[in-house]
Amino acid sequence: MLKGSLGLIALSSLLLSGTAFAQEKIKVGVTATLEGTYTVLGEDGIRGFQTALNVLGKKVGDKELEFVIASTDATPDSAVRAVRKLIEQDKVQILLSPLSGDEGIAVKNFAKTHPELTFINAASGAQETTYVDPAPNFFRYNMDGAQWQVGLGKYAYDEKKYRKIATVGEDYSFIYTQVFGLVLEFCGAGGQVTNRQWVPLGTKDFASVIAALPDDVDAIYLGLGGADAVNFLNQYQQAGGKAHLMGGSIMIDQTILSSKGNAKNALVGTLAASGQADTWEDPGWQKFVKDYQDAFPPNKRFPSPSLLATNYYGSTMALILALRQVNGDLSDNQSKYKAALAKIELDAPNGKIKLDANRQAIGTNFVTEVVDDGKGALFSKVVKVIPNVNQTLGYDPAVFAKIGLPSRTVPECKKY
Amino acid sequence: MTRFVERHPAWALIVIIAIAVALWLIFAVWPPGIEEAIGRKRVFLNALFNGITLGGLYFLVASGFTLIFGLMRNVNLAHGSLYLFGGYVGYAVSASTGSWILAFIVAFILTALVGVLLQVLVFRRMEGQDLRQTMVTIGLSIVFADLMLWACGGDFYQIQTPTWLIGPIDLPLLTAVKSSGEPVYLRYPLVRLVIFLASVIIGIAMWLALNRTRIGMIIRAGVDDRDILAATGVRIQIVFVLVFALGAGLAGIAGVVGGTFQSLSPGEDIRFLLASLVVVIVGGMGSIPGAALGALIIGLAEQLGSVYIPTYAIVVTFLIMVLVLALRPQGLLARR
Repeated sequence: MLKGSLGLIALSSLLLSGTAFAQEKIKVGVTATLEGTYTVLGEDGIRGFQTALNVLGKKVGDKELEFVIASTDATPDSAVRAVRKLIEQDKVQILLSPLSGDEGIAVKNFAKTHPELTFINAASGAQETTYVDPAPNFFRYNMDGAQWQVGLGKYAYDEKKYRKIATVGEDYSFIYTQVFGLVLEFCGAGGQVTNRQWVPLGTKDFASVIAALPDDVDAIYLGLGGADAVNFLNQYQQAGGKAHLMGGSIMIDQTILSSKGNAKNALVGTLAASGQADTWEDPGWQKFVKDYQDAFPPNKRFPSPSLLATNYYGSTMALILALRQVNGDLSDNQSKYKAALAKIELDAPNGKIKLDANRQAIGTNFVTEVVDDGKGALFSKVVKVIPNVNQTLGYDPAVFAKIGLPSRTVPECKKY
Repeated sequence: MTRFVERHPAWALIVIIAIAVALWLIFAVWPPGIEEAIGRKRVFLNALFNGITLGGLYFLVASGFTLIFGLMRNVNLAHGSLYLFGGYVGYAVSASTGSWILAFIVAFILTALVGVLLQVLVFRRMEGQDLRQTMVTIGLSIVFADLMLWACGGDFYQIQTPTWLIGPIDLPLLTAVKSSGEPVYLRYPLVRLVIFLASVIIGIAMWLALNRTRIGMIIRAGVDDRDILAATGVRIQIVFVLVFALGAGLAGIAGVVGGTFQSLSPGEDIRFLLASLVVVIVGGMGSIPGAALGALIIGLAEQLGSVYIPTYAIVVTFLIMVLVLALRPQGLLARR
């Protein structure tokens, strides 16, 4: 905690410099996982956030935006602690938080205790956050984990001819949501998911998990992120693993694809799905990649922005653009601002984004395959683009509600 | 041994039966009934071996910790930072020279130097003030963690495994017999075996050095009563510096090992500090054999736990610690 706040003081003083003269300010609190297993993800999220500030500027009418950054470690209590500190100590009016799945659920619940403030989700992707009992002042401009897997199951079944797969995932809400999306589609197409293994977030020694992987499957799906993913791949290579791999959205991401060492090479050819694809030709995406690359020296960033950078960019974009629409008017418990946020349509780098009645994003999804660019750098290459993915994944809401909430065993492997 | 059997016949019987069951589980081909009840033998054997090799890594970290505590009675809560520092040094060396062995040597020397500086500049100034030393080392661990975050960033580093160690080997242990009658042997990552062997060798070397050499005798005497030892004319401060350097150096070596078969990133320092605390609490503060036993127990508990009760795997470790603290608070192999 103390470590985090030290970094925080340094960061916030950086952001504060240059605003010496008196003028009305709007205070915004930002959280990111700058500690623990997901440190790299949090750092790149902040890079996405700063890229958005570079592009959009910090002025809203005659007011200036002021940001305070707080650090979390992907656990729900750390997120609530950080948000509470931002509200009570730093007196922020708008929050851009949080990064990770379990944090999202906790912050959404906390948001209800401060109905006068506005919470904009930074990057978290658990389904429950906006699907179950949503908070009226919590807005999410990125898709959830299940939406990010749309297209993967069908592509694996139809194009790759996988029939039986097993999954390994971190034991928390975001990965439940990802596996939910995968299983629903893969089993719906006729495939079988024979085994689902769950490991605690922050597992270092995967050797026994690797030994327990079944041999009689066509592919193994990995729902891991950050340090866990790197450790898994390293030990998978040492154990001589040879299976076909499939990956979740934070597994096949620059946070892992550009990690040091050669364990990541096991990922070449891996099929994955996510809310972005590194090599997408779209001019909006290409411009974002360039803005990101120009904002930081090459050794202080990834070759191309990670999903976290993209999400933070999109959320910051919504935060600033909606604020400009109401000319910085936060009176009457920010009601005008909230109305503007609910109906804003974003031209985000990863496709158009609009919100549904639960204030959850409807957006574009990408099925990708990992390729080597010939110089040793790995990128995710688009194989399929799926526009207008909503939270019920195209199912009738009544049918979708019957499936149940994502968990270790839900959904069952069958056609709904 | 015979006295133990005479005194506790019931316990001896239980121990013998447990050993027999364990040996049978390891060497026999499992009948289908057992495979159904507790899963495939391959998984069990892998978890067992992983537990033992992970125990080897924990021993490397914890032995330095316990050595320093045993002699100087100071709880060095910056020990985890030394581990991480050693790992980063090892990464830098192996990335620039390509030599894995050299990484160990340089990491040992540099972390030992940091240890010497810590002892001379910090601990010597507050000798005998346990609480103050503990607080200062907590502070130092935070400062070190931030310095390393500043220098190395939040990225994950992995030390390249040398090519001759990559990949699995077949061990002469049967895991199953195919329907064609062809035996299936256990495949196991070579690098983990080598690292385990290395930690066994280091453990034995330390035991020999402590029990068979003059300097070891001085250290043991210091553990028992350092005031009397100082009164006999031994230059105790030099012994302190030496022991601190050795303990820190071992943490540095452990960092290279950890960076090879796991990964290095911010937060690892705390994780290994916690692991070595649990290990020495279970084994007994200040005892090298205790550290070995504690490391083995914790390693096995983590790995078998992660396979058979994955949801509660984290709890098992602390449950063991609670049990030990409740039943034998001085630790399993503590001398007093």
